[in-house]
Amino acid sequence: MQEQFLAQAQQQVNAPDIAYGAIAPVLIVLGFACLSVLVEAFVAKERRWGLQIGVAAAAIVLAGASLAAFISSNDAAGGPTGKTGVTTLAGAVSVDKPALFLWGTLLALGVLALLLIADRTVGGDMQTEVFPLFLFALGGMMVFCAANNLLTMFIALEVLSLPLYLMCGLARKRRLISQEAAVKYFLLGAFASAFFLYGLALLYGYAGSVKLADIATAAVGTDRSDTLLFGGLGLLVVGLLFKGSVGPFHTWTPDVYQGAPTSVTAFMAACTKVAAFGGILRVLTVAFQSTQWEWRGVLWGVAIASMAIGAIFGLTQTDVKRMIAYSSVAHAGFLLVGAIAMNTDGLSSTLFYLLAYGFTTIASFGVISLVRSGSGEATDLSQWAGLAKRSPLLAGVFTFLLLALAGIPLTSGFIGKFVVFSAALRDGMAPLVVIALVFSAVAAFFYLRVVVLMYFSEPAEDGPTVSVPGAFTTVAITLGTFVTLLLGVLPGFVLNWASSGGFLS
Amino acid sequence: MTHTLLAAEGALPAAGVAQSAWLLLALPLFGAAVLLLGGKATNKWGHLLGCATVILAFVYGLTLFLSTTSLKAADRIQELHLFSWIPVDSLSIDFGLRLDPLSLTFVLLITGVGSLIHVYSIGYMSHDTDRRKFFAYLNLFVAAMLLLVLGNGFVTLYFGWEGVGLASYLLIAFWQHKPAAATAAKKAFLMNRVGDVGLAVAIFLMWANLGTTQYTEVFAKIGTLDGGTVLAISLLLLLGACGKSGQFPLQAWLPDAMEGPTPVSALIHAATMVTAGVYLIARSNPIYDLTADGRLVVTIIGTVTLLIGCVIGCAYDDIKKVLAYSTVSQIGYMILGVGLGPVGYALGITHLLTHGFFKAGLFLGAGSVMHGMNDEVDMRQYGGLAKKMPITFATFGLGYLALIGFPFLSGFYSKDAIIEAAFGQEGWRGWVFGGAAMLGVALTAFYMTRLMLMTFFGEQRWKNLKSSDGRDYHPHESPAVMTVPMIILAVGSVFAGFLLTNGNFLANWLEPSLGELKEAGHPPLPAAAMTALSLGLMVVGVGLAWLFVGRKPVPVTKPERVSWVVRAARADLYGNKLNETLFAKPGEALTKGLVIADDKAVDGTVTGIAGALAFLSSRLRRTQTGFVRSYALTMLGGSVLVVAALLMVRFS
Repeated sequence: MQEQFLAQAQQQVNAPDIAYGAIAPVLIVLGFACLSVLVEAFVAKERRWGLQIGVAAAAIVLAGASLAAFISSNDAAGGPTGKTGVTTLAGAVSVDKPALFLWGTLLALGVLALLLIADRTVGGDMQTEVFPLFLFALGGMMVFCAANNLLTMFIALEVLSLPLYLMCGLARKRRLISQEAAVKYFLLGAFASAFFLYGLALLYGYAGSVKLADIATAAVGTDRSDTLLFGGLGLLVVGLLFKGSVGPFHTWTPDVYQGAPTSVTAFMAACTKVAAFGGILRVLTVAFQSTQWEWRGVLWGVAIASMAIGAIFGLTQTDVKRMIAYSSVAHAGFLLVGAIAMNTDGLSSTLFYLLAYGFTTIASFGVISLVRSGSGEATDLSQWAGLAKRSPLLAGVFTFLLLALAGIPLTSGFIGKFVVFSAALRDGMAPLVVIALVFSAVAAFFYLRVVVLMYFSEPAEDGPTVSVPGAFTTVAITLGTFVTLLLGVLPGFVLNWASSGGFLS
Repeated sequence: MTHTLLAAEGALPAAGVAQSAWLLLALPLFGAAVLLLGGKATNKWGHLLGCATVILAFVYGLTLFLSTTSLKAADRIQELHLFSWIPVDSLSIDFGLRLDPLSLTFVLLITGVGSLIHVYSIGYMSHDTDRRKFFAYLNLFVAAMLLLVLGNGFVTLYFGWEGVGLASYLLIAFWQHKPAAATAAKKAFLMNRVGDVGLAVAIFLMWANLGTTQYTEVFAKIGTLDGGTVLAISLLLLLGACGKSGQFPLQAWLPDAMEGPTPVSALIHAATMVTAGVYLIARSNPIYDLTADGRLVVTIIGTVTLLIGCVIGCAYDDIKKVLAYSTVSQIGYMILGVGLGPVGYALGITHLLTHGFFKAGLFLGAGSVMHGMNDEVDMRQYGGLAKKMPITFATFGLGYLALIGFPFLSGFYSKDAIIEAAFGQEGWRGWVFGGAAMLGVALTAFYMTRLMLMTFFGEQRWKNLKSSDGRDYHPHESPAVMTVPMIILAVGSVFAGFLLTNGNFLANWLEPSLGELKEAGHPPLPAAAMTALSLGLMVVGVGLAWLFVGRKPVPVTKPERVSWVVRAARADLYGNKLNETLFAKPGEALTKGLVIADDKAVDGTVTGIAGALAFLSSRLRRTQTGFVRSYALTMLGGSVLVVAALLMVRFS
């Protein structure tokens, strides 16, 4: 039906060729999102929950299958240039190796997040509207990673953001704080979008085009006003950094992480970061590589600020979700270090880091959702004291995940930091790497503080109970933890995949 | 160098009886396993099984020995390959047994004396509820000791070396309810570690430089190394020997180890384990042949130790400690012997064997005395026991005569040979080493006569005393199960020396392992004169002992007003103080210093930084107000900064 419609459009407007095989994953996710809306409208309330889970799961599975099909076919056709992939929709979307990697990452993380959202036994007590919103956001993220011109990127940004604003406000039990978070996120997100759009306008004024490739061409050897170029770049980057919760544009992060339902927080923390950094990598590499000596110093400063803010603010947090939020700000700093190392190692190491961080984060939030007291989730750190005595398995898993976030060897976090920092070193950013190491040491302190709290403190009298996880949550935590361990021990195959090719414009 | 070549090429694969040599290890190990795993079920017959395994091992060892006597000298070195132990890429260690005259000699000593002591222990430990465990440990020890002497490479030796260390630790601490026993076991373990490090590093050096640790290959290749490395290896091996054999400066653990049951003292800390150092040096003779400096250090250590042992032995009142220091001193003689090189390897081993007989006999005798005297060890409480314990007295007396070198008894032959060889060294060395060994004869005679007089002669001081647990003393002869081994050992004490040295029997037998026994150089005195001199000194020692101890009553309590010599000897010649001052105190000071440095400097810095960051964090946290307007302002500020910085970079 849908394809038929698009095919008609092609004939009438003499539209460009569309490589359906390449963009099939996105089409499937967005198509099922529409289907999900219809389910919401026409299916009886009591049957909706199960059906919606089925629709969302089918969307991800089918998208994954079509992605796998495209990868195998495209690999076969790939030339020796290394830049295998296709640009389609008149160059608006570029389905290249990094995009495929990011899509795979997003779909895999999407499965885990969906499992957490779908588990009703531990407070996943949301309206069924969350499923279409989830699918739209996921589709927007996928387009965002592959967008090859700024306008497509902006549309994708809105498609991914608007559902997220709504999802933040869906918590039923802690309705006030949840809705406050949603409003804050919406207001600040709108603000950031304005920056992005203004930057877009300036860049259009500079290059006369919104295509990334055209901006790159324009920046080489013209006498146009550099004020437009750098002003535009600055504002554009601010919009992107906001989505990646890079300090100092991170201010929404702690409040929203804390207020949103935990499963939504998990989705947001993992997938938004992947999408945002996918976009940052593409914009910086494709459009602004030639001017890197002008803007890299500024992003150095931003990376340092982000690491410092994350590490230092994290020290005194008393809420475990806020702590993870500041941890994500620090991690955004580390990711930015990899993203501004303008070489192939920088690209592949950042992609690897995103995948590793995503799995660890979702598993962490899965664990957090299990620790509950009478009034809901017990996110106050004082309630976590002595948890190991009550639930040694849960404490052990959470300890492992925290160690991964801190970057201790035998976890994916260590490998991620290692490859990112070595890429940065190879690009001559030794001082930045030293600073990053210092801040990862500082950040390790607050992770270990939680470990010490769980193992060496006496449990509180009226401490929280650890609820028995439902099957979905168990699978999500197990998978996340397993991947964290697997990538820490055998990172080779993912690193190979991540470094299999560069951006195509 | 002939024997070096022999050792390198002459190892034949084991054939005939020798193919079952693994039984030597398996039998006692089987006994230990059954007794340890069987638990209380084996209480009734466990001690018999323990004895049987060792006696069977002895019978097998004897068969093996007799089967090799008819072989040509070159054919007496056999190797029995058991399995590949560590087959790593560049390090391949085969687990094999080396059956040559040296190892067979030790097998006979260990299983022979071991069997006697096992039998004796049946009687000695009859009242102990844990007798089964005791026999299990004894069997474990025998197995480890046999592995030590039978292994065909240094790593196998090291395995056995650590095994006997473990068994020794378990047995010293057998009565762990006594704090002194537990402490002594720990001390023995720790001081042995010092020596073990030396042995381990020596093995590392061999592997690093030669790529092998098997005896045959090491001895074949050792000549290719430079002198410094060979010297280093020889000194490190000596350090290992010093730890295990209680040689200066690691001698202090051996007397303390007497806290263990007396059969343990006899077997482990007199006859077998403590001679492992002598075995190690004799076994490594191709290495020591290459380094005169290494041998000189060995002789110096031996000489110093033999004098220290004699002097301290004169001052103790504890019968077992006197015997322990006597052991230290006698092993000093052996080390001196093997340190002399080709002229002394066989002499050291000969003395080791005769000493094994008479010292084990003396310890068993002391055990018999203690058995009859409520486990009292203070000789001042004894006196006039000869009449009460005639068999003990007779066997102990023979051991005593053998030890002090009474003519035609064991010690006479074996010790005098070492003294003569020491005198045969060139220049000052002959006089110093020979003179010291000669002086040792007089001192040995003195302290052993003192022990005899205080124990078996004179007034029966125990009549008016009670033992520390409040009982009266009723000295009595021990049962036959204890006296028979003592009698057998006494027979050995009398005849072993003559049999082993007659016509250089043992030296010739050991030739394939140790090389030909060379004649000592040119002694400054004729042999007869030296024999006369040593006999004269022995008589002087005995006479002095009678003058000081025998002709007047022995005070029951230890006199406090004594000369500084006695005070020094009572304090172990400050050996413990020395170790404490040289190693323990500086070590403690270093530890304390590091702790302070860690507390103040490292922790201070860390906590300082952490505090500063936490303060910063708590201040900055206030900027997180929760108001969207302030968040937006932050973002705006950041954006302005970013854009301004970009433009500044571009246009500056």
